[in-house]
Amino acid sequence: MSDKRFPLDWEYAPAPESAAIGRIAERYRMFVGGKFVDGRGDDLKTVNPATEEPLATVSTADAADVDAAVGVARKAYDKVWSSMPGAERGKYLFRIARGIAERARELAVVETLDNGKPIKESRDVDVPTASSHFFYHAGWADKLRHAGLGPDPRPLGVVGQVIPWNFPLLMAAWKIAPALAAGNTVVIKPAETTPLSILVLAEIIADADLPPGVVNILPGAGEVGRTLVGHPGIDKVAFTGSTEVGRQIQSTLAGTGRRLTLELGGKAANIVFDDAPIDQAVEGIVNGIFFNQGHVCCAGSRLLVQESVAEEVIGKLQQRISTLRIGDPMDKNTDVGAINSAEQLGRIRELTDAGDDEGAQRWTSPCPVPDRGFFFPPTVFSGVSQSMRIAREEIFGPVLSVLTFRTPDEAIAKANNTPYGLSAGVWTEKGSRILGMASALRAGVVWANTFNRFDPTAAFGGYKESGFGREGGISGLAAYLQEED
Amino acid sequence: MTTALPQPGGAGGVTGPAAAAPAPASVAGAEFADVVADESSLRRFLHGLPGVDPVGVEQRAAGLSTRSIKKDSKKQAIDLAIAMVDLTTLEGADTAGKVRSLAAKARRPDPERPDTPTVAAVCVYPDMVATAAERLAGTGIGIASVATAFPSGRSSLEVKLADTRMAIDSGATEVDMVIDRGAFLEGRYGKVFDEIVAIREVCTAGGVRLKVIMETGELATYDNVRRASWMGLLAGADFIKTSTGKVAPAATLPVTVVMLQAVHDWHQRTGELRAVKPAGGIRTAKDALKYLVAVREVAGPQWLDPYLFRFGASSLLNDLVLQRRTQQDGHYSGPAYVTVD
Repeated sequence: MSDKRFPLDWEYAPAPESAAIGRIAERYRMFVGGKFVDGRGDDLKTVNPATEEPLATVSTADAADVDAAVGVARKAYDKVWSSMPGAERGKYLFRIARGIAERARELAVVETLDNGKPIKESRDVDVPTASSHFFYHAGWADKLRHAGLGPDPRPLGVVGQVIPWNFPLLMAAWKIAPALAAGNTVVIKPAETTPLSILVLAEIIADADLPPGVVNILPGAGEVGRTLVGHPGIDKVAFTGSTEVGRQIQSTLAGTGRRLTLELGGKAANIVFDDAPIDQAVEGIVNGIFFNQGHVCCAGSRLLVQESVAEEVIGKLQQRISTLRIGDPMDKNTDVGAINSAEQLGRIRELTDAGDDEGAQRWTSPCPVPDRGFFFPPTVFSGVSQSMRIAREEIFGPVLSVLTFRTPDEAIAKANNTPYGLSAGVWTEKGSRILGMASALRAGVVWANTFNRFDPTAAFGGYKESGFGREGGISGLAAYLQEED
Repeated sequence: MTTALPQPGGAGGVTGPAAAAPAPASVAGAEFADVVADESSLRRFLHGLPGVDPVGVEQRAAGLSTRSIKKDSKKQAIDLAIAMVDLTTLEGADTAGKVRSLAAKARRPDPERPDTPTVAAVCVYPDMVATAAERLAGTGIGIASVATAFPSGRSSLEVKLADTRMAIDSGATEVDMVIDRGAFLEGRYGKVFDEIVAIREVCTAGGVRLKVIMETGELATYDNVRRASWMGLLAGADFIKTSTGKVAPAATLPVTVVMLQAVHDWHQRTGELRAVKPAGGIRTAKDALKYLVAVREVAGPQWLDPYLFRFGASSLLNDLVLQRRTQQDGHYSGPAYVTVD
């Protein structure tokens, strides 16, 4: 019995963003040579993962379309873009950046409807960061000679890009902005399940009067991507996605002399020492793995916690996770949205079942889960050991594996004991330990007392099976330029 | 479950369940006997608490501000917030007349809407307690008084004890004491701790609840806020309170989050329920609702109770009343429709 004097039946009010703001059209077309055109591939239907209802029909490319797009991109490169003064290129990029900011709300809604991520993340993270990538790179367009990349760095040519479904708009910005700033032209393929936001970006690009052919967008499935990266007219390939596909691309390009950067999977260690700011570490763990439903290649999916505080941290973590709200991604109160596709949900289920079979202890958030749509409740496995699949394979979902360690050396050994090396987190109040860990961890990004923070000025990329090459910052720019010998 | 808020003139919510009253004898309980045994143990314990990362706690506080509270949940939250207000006047210019009108406001925050809950308490200087007590007799509304050489705390313990006794003898039901921030910043935790214990003994003897004001604006860091909060809890504070309202910054949401985390952790360790009171600078219903979200998500839903959470404020009540009307009428009526006291 409650001894409360003021029993309060207090729920947050639903606050759904209006789907009408997304202005989703019935049909979307490819963007080639500055025009929206029908592709020759089969139409695909994109669905809202939160309701499993179809959202729109999208025209897709076939091999001939890829060929045509590479052709117009080449023409645009030779005739216009590569020889345009950097200051002029910068103006277009600034215009696109402003266009994204102006249509921010619409883009956020489109992204949430198509991807399933909570509106507060698409609104507060994806769209503003996408805009800031264009702003940042616009500033570089006329300063490439001062970037420390040689006296006269030159663009590479036509760039083929393939991006994943977890951050459709943001990945498009990461890829397109530096390529254009450096003077390259682009043919880009969005993921099959999330083609819509980049096609809204295509409208923004068209409104910015970007010369035709500088950016070409070809929706479609894996086959379109394969054709694109294998096309002989491409000078560089930039891919973000799974390690498996990355491997195929690398073998396709081997020996061709064409450039390649890969941003692949991850199995990041989030390391909590006993002197950490525990309450903020708990926040960081939650943000590290439940941000974007864990569909983040740099997600902190392996929690390494020092044994002396493990019980306290896990207790606080469970209590904090219990306050997470899972449900309608369009509701501004929602913390964890929908899994992007039935296929991905199946993969998460398969891997978590493997966790049970291998003897890890599963804890599931008591939050209610919608009956419709693709949802998976926040889940924590404790008693995980390095040999289990859930500690080694990328789950790409809201599933955290908890391991413990006793000494800093053990933490480093366990953190580095993975085929991946994209990111890591260190939680400690001791500055010298942060620096020591950062240099010992084989990861492209090491966050200290925070996690999953992104900025266009900071290079992002991996080691080992997490890929090679960097995006963002000067090193990201360098990946789209050739230095003079 | 429906909301049962106190009716005007009925029993207020400030007396609370008898079971939650702290045991008077053992200050920190058996679990912490070693911690408070001497100053160096206390120091070791306080400095052994996990640090607070400022970027993280401010980010968390910002995240808590984005929950959506509308319609029925907003109505309930506004009524709860009204019932949590310690309606305060702490001016050198305070007069009996001012305190009497404040008492009237506390009894009937919105004279035209008698279903408006009464506030939790009025908060006055010790020499004004008798006036407030006279006007609030039988209402169940608490009488809080700021004692211990408020707001600076710069006086001898004898003076502080006398100040506290005076407030209690005049009819205070709650005492708001300030800690010696100078001693705290010098690292003389034992002195601060002993003072709280001494004041608490007087309060316990008088049957009143003790709020301990940390003046977080002068403590400057979140680490200090956490240490001071724990010191207060160890010394037997019924409430840990942010500010006097005389120093800027006064209450902030991140500081309150740190305090809510402290009472939550204390509850996990001891099973005891201790209360939190942010004071100063919370002026709008919108702000108050953000604090309630923090209470719910950081400490837990159990703390959504005037016994365990208060707002120290003077002008907040008017905005709450105004927003309450707006919710009921469907339109905004304007500041001319609420009373100025």
